Amino acid sequence: MKLSEQWLREWVNPPVSSAELAEQLTLMGLEVDEIDDIKPAFSGVVVAKITATEKHPDADKLKVCTVDAGESTGDSIQIVCGAPNARAGMFAPLATVGAKLPGGIKVRKAKLRGVESSGMLCSASELELANDASGLMELPGDPAPGTPLDELLDLQDAVFDVELTPNRGDCLSVRGIARDLSARNQQALQLHEITAVTASTDEQMQVQVASDCACVRYVGRIVSGVDCSVSSPLWLIERLRRSGIRSINPAVDVTNYVMLELGQPMHAFDLDKVQGTIGVRRAKEGEKVVLLDGREVTLEGDTTVITDDRGAIGIAGIMGGDSTGVDENTTRVFFEAALFLAEDIIGKPRRYDAHTDSAHRYERGVDPLLQPEAMEYATSLLQTIAGGDCGPVVDWCDENRLPLGEPVLLRRERIERVLGIVYEDAEVESIFTRLGITIEKQAAGWKVTPPSARYDLRIEEDYIEELARIRGYDNFPRTLNSYQPGFSAVKETEVPVAALKNQLVHRGYREVVTFSFVDDAVQQQLMPEHDALLLANPISSDLAAMRTSLVPGLLKVMQHNLNRQNADLRIFETGLRFVPGDNELIQEPVIGGLVTGKRLEENWNNDGAGTDLFDLKGDIESLAALATGESIEFCASSHHFLHPGVSGDIVAADEVVGWFGQLHPKFLNSLDLSEPPLLFEIRLDALSKAQLTSFNEISRYPSVRRDLSLLVSAETSNKVLVDTIKRHAPASLQNVLTFDVYAGKNIEKGKKSVALGLILQDFSRTLEESEVDQAVSAILSGLSQDLGVGLRA
Amino acid sequence: MSLDLTQLLDEASVAISDAPDLTALDDVRVQLLGKKGRLTSELKAIGKLPVEEKPAAGQAINAAKQSIQGLLDQRRDVLENSELEAKLAGDFVDVTLPGRGQRRGGLHPVSLTIDRITRLFGQLGFTVAEGPEVESDYYNFEALNFTENHPARAMHDTFYFDAGRLLRTHTSSVQIRHMENNQPPHRILSPGRVYRCDSDMTHTPMFHQIEGLLVDENIRFTDLMGHLEGFLQQFFDQDDCEIRFRPSYFPFTEPSTEVDIRIGGGKWLEVLGAGMVHPNVFKAVGVDTERYTGYAFGLGVERLAMLRYGVADLRQFFENDVRFLRQFD
Repeated sequence: MKLSEQWLREWVNPPVSSAELAEQLTLMGLEVDEIDDIKPAFSGVVVAKITATEKHPDADKLKVCTVDAGESTGDSIQIVCGAPNARAGMFAPLATVGAKLPGGIKVRKAKLRGVESSGMLCSASELELANDASGLMELPGDPAPGTPLDELLDLQDAVFDVELTPNRGDCLSVRGIARDLSARNQQALQLHEITAVTASTDEQMQVQVASDCACVRYVGRIVSGVDCSVSSPLWLIERLRRSGIRSINPAVDVTNYVMLELGQPMHAFDLDKVQGTIGVRRAKEGEKVVLLDGREVTLEGDTTVITDDRGAIGIAGIMGGDSTGVDENTTRVFFEAALFLAEDIIGKPRRYDAHTDSAHRYERGVDPLLQPEAMEYATSLLQTIAGGDCGPVVDWCDENRLPLGEPVLLRRERIERVLGIVYEDAEVESIFTRLGITIEKQAAGWKVTPPSARYDLRIEEDYIEELARIRGYDNFPRTLNSYQPGFSAVKETEVPVAALKNQLVHRGYREVVTFSFVDDAVQQQLMPEHDALLLANPISSDLAAMRTSLVPGLLKVMQHNLNRQNADLRIFETGLRFVPGDNELIQEPVIGGLVTGKRLEENWNNDGAGTDLFDLKGDIESLAALATGESIEFCASSHHFLHPGVSGDIVAADEVVGWFGQLHPKFLNSLDLSEPPLLFEIRLDALSKAQLTSFNEISRYPSVRRDLSLLVSAETSNKVLVDTIKRHAPASLQNVLTFDVYAGKNIEKGKKSVALGLILQDFSRTLEESEVDQAVSAILSGLSQDLGVGLRA
Repeated sequence: MSLDLTQLLDEASVAISDAPDLTALDDVRVQLLGKKGRLTSELKAIGKLPVEEKPAAGQAINAAKQSIQGLLDQRRDVLENSELEAKLAGDFVDVTLPGRGQRRGGLHPVSLTIDRITRLFGQLGFTVAEGPEVESDYYNFEALNFTENHPARAMHDTFYFDAGRLLRTHTSSVQIRHMENNQPPHRILSPGRVYRCDSDMTHTPMFHQIEGLLVDENIRFTDLMGHLEGFLQQFFDQDDCEIRFRPSYFPFTEPSTEVDIRIGGGKWLEVLGAGMVHPNVFKAVGVDTERYTGYAFGLGVERLAMLRYGVADLRQFFENDVRFLRQFD
């Protein structure tokens, strides 16, 4: 909300500078975002009265004007002017010779088509006072020629842009903000006397309000014989302008002025355009109304409308209708000052794309007792500006539905318990009184009742916040010592995710963070087995589907980096994947990675070889090595998006917990990649358990190694081979090392040669040579029996 | 006789120090001390001396033998050393060449920032709690005292799926889940991804937040201020960092505050929101408001990382260009 400092100071005027005043507001929770200095960027501009105009002899569109700019400037200056509205008798700003205008323009004596001009008559836009460039800025009233314009417009002001939190609807007015300031500065609010305007006619409108709509109070009044063709006074136009509102006509200007000063949105109808009786009711589903901005909107049944005998003529509290608006010909005005309930208005300005000042206030709550006062203020202002006779005020009110706060008990001891600070009773009472809170002292504290404008004061804590806010958090001590921390568990049986991440970092991986939503088409192509959860309101189609795997995000990072000459990548990410399950969505934390390019950074001491699957597997094994509580195994598998021969599943406790492999080359084209990267993904829960160490004695006896060179069928996996050996070996077998695998020359087709090292050791004695021989022959006969495997000849 | 020995010693000393290498030195040794060496001959000659002269001559020769042996040993050390040095000089490697093996990777700046923050609050006993990202309206809004149609809801720019399911707009939802399932005191931090339907230079549709919650029998607003001020001072670790508390509004705290920092007298920048847990939130999770009080805060991880490391464009955090990421190693 834009707020004129001058206007504010009329209500409360603490002896502080503009900057300090703005800071006070900010520190009370009424954040001043910006201070706009509205001092004009011009000088040498004065009030001038055009006394005569003549046609320019050589130009159709120019006029030669004689102007009176006061005694000191000259009461008969010749000015050439092209403005269509220039006419004798009007007052307009004159930039005198030597004047400076916004944009650094300096005004000089000039000849326009041969006729001398000693200055320049200005439009509002040339002075940057408003956007209107259609003609001269018409100065209303009878200002004295020669008066400096900045003096006339009282431009020694600043505008505060206050960003209010949604609970402070009461501060959407000059008076509301002034009230907080008065409490902060312990200074009385200079209340403006609003005198009731006595009715001089008996014209009145009995508004028909339906009991089930948003309206709980409707105050109306007819003012007839009004001249809406006159301009509002300059001070009023200026105040509206500084608040970001354009002057329209006296009736509309007055409603805006009252709204800005007191916070009551109002509406002015041209009563001659209203047919029959005004009513307030719920809209009929599909009912149409043409709004003030000219748009026709189709209404939904939960919306409250203002009607006349024809149907809807406006949306209640949000925007008036086109058909009954006040214009310069209006003579009979009907003013509305109503209360529409916030909960009924909320969300509808957005729905109808009608974010008006009025809607903004109703959404946040308007003072339910303010309407009669606002009506008196508006009618008295209108009468002063545009004349007219008032009818009686008609006040319809459903008292049972008025949103008034109930009294609550504020306990003295609770203040200290919540804030950590003791307040003297006198300070509490002073703050509350200035804020308009009614207090009734009791033994434990106070019974407090909020002023009607304060929707945010409902429970004890709300009042405690008021005490804190007004004294100022900046005046509070900071404490640390009242709080006693306790120990929290550091579990050795859990593997922290940080440990897994650091493990990959030490193996050359770089962590990435990608969006949890991805392109559905890309994801579908790779993983057609899942129907991903789709956002109803995605920001764009490539961020529309929740990821069912980290793969789409990792591939995108690869593309991004390849396009920027970063070809060697080892990246990983941790986060949730969102897999639609049978009954509910499974949100699983996983760790996944992508590797492409060279195994090691290009270097004098390596051969620059590319990474292969076993680099990746080594990295995964290093993660598994941290998770000692789970035995992780690997087996062949097939996935739609992985190379069928170069991929596998990761298994823990007989459950597939992850996979690894090379991207299926068939996707290279569509993903715009030249090399298929290696990928993996594992559920974090499978890597989260560690085993608590229980120490075992170390054998004091030497170990024995026997190497076997076996001829094995090509399909037999290393795991099957090793498992078979373990099955047939005595307990002294400690380890089996696979130190060579070979197929090709000298090896029969369909076979491979596998060289294994068997490590045997006993814990109670040195193994005898004969025992080792026995063990080896048991293993060999087992291998032969189970797998048909024999020693290589 | 003794003159001969003196001359012999002089000559031996010259021969030893002139020996250019270990082989030549050994030749000198043989010449002097070998079976047919000069000193050996002198020793043999003792036998021909009169008995009374024998002991003195023997002593003199032994002394001469010892000094020669000493000179030989000294010279051998010198020659051995220079030989080793010559050999090692040939083994020279350029130690400035890069080493072998995998280079270290690095953590994402968001992770680094979260780690740093959790370590700081860990000193006050806070531990990490996590929750789902696809949330229900109840945990994201309702239980946090956002009534239906609350204007603060509109400010959240929520991503929706279908009736009742949404992407969490803050990690405050985790405090509800935690309080539902645990008994006070509560000391948790919940870092994680949050989502808002907004995208420009200072907004990405996904970013990270850390929600903190401290509930105990005697937690007061001044504790909130003390803890958060201490945290920010340690986080920014700069002498010229000022901290300011200013009233604000969140549906789930009362009183509420926003915290601004100002570095080096520049502009005030908002870095976190906080407040005393609203009684309605305690009611929703069954915490006795007469016995317990508590505070909650929420901070934007990227925002703090940007201020700390001088990153200007939020979007860079999610492009994952390795040249960006590498700078945080």
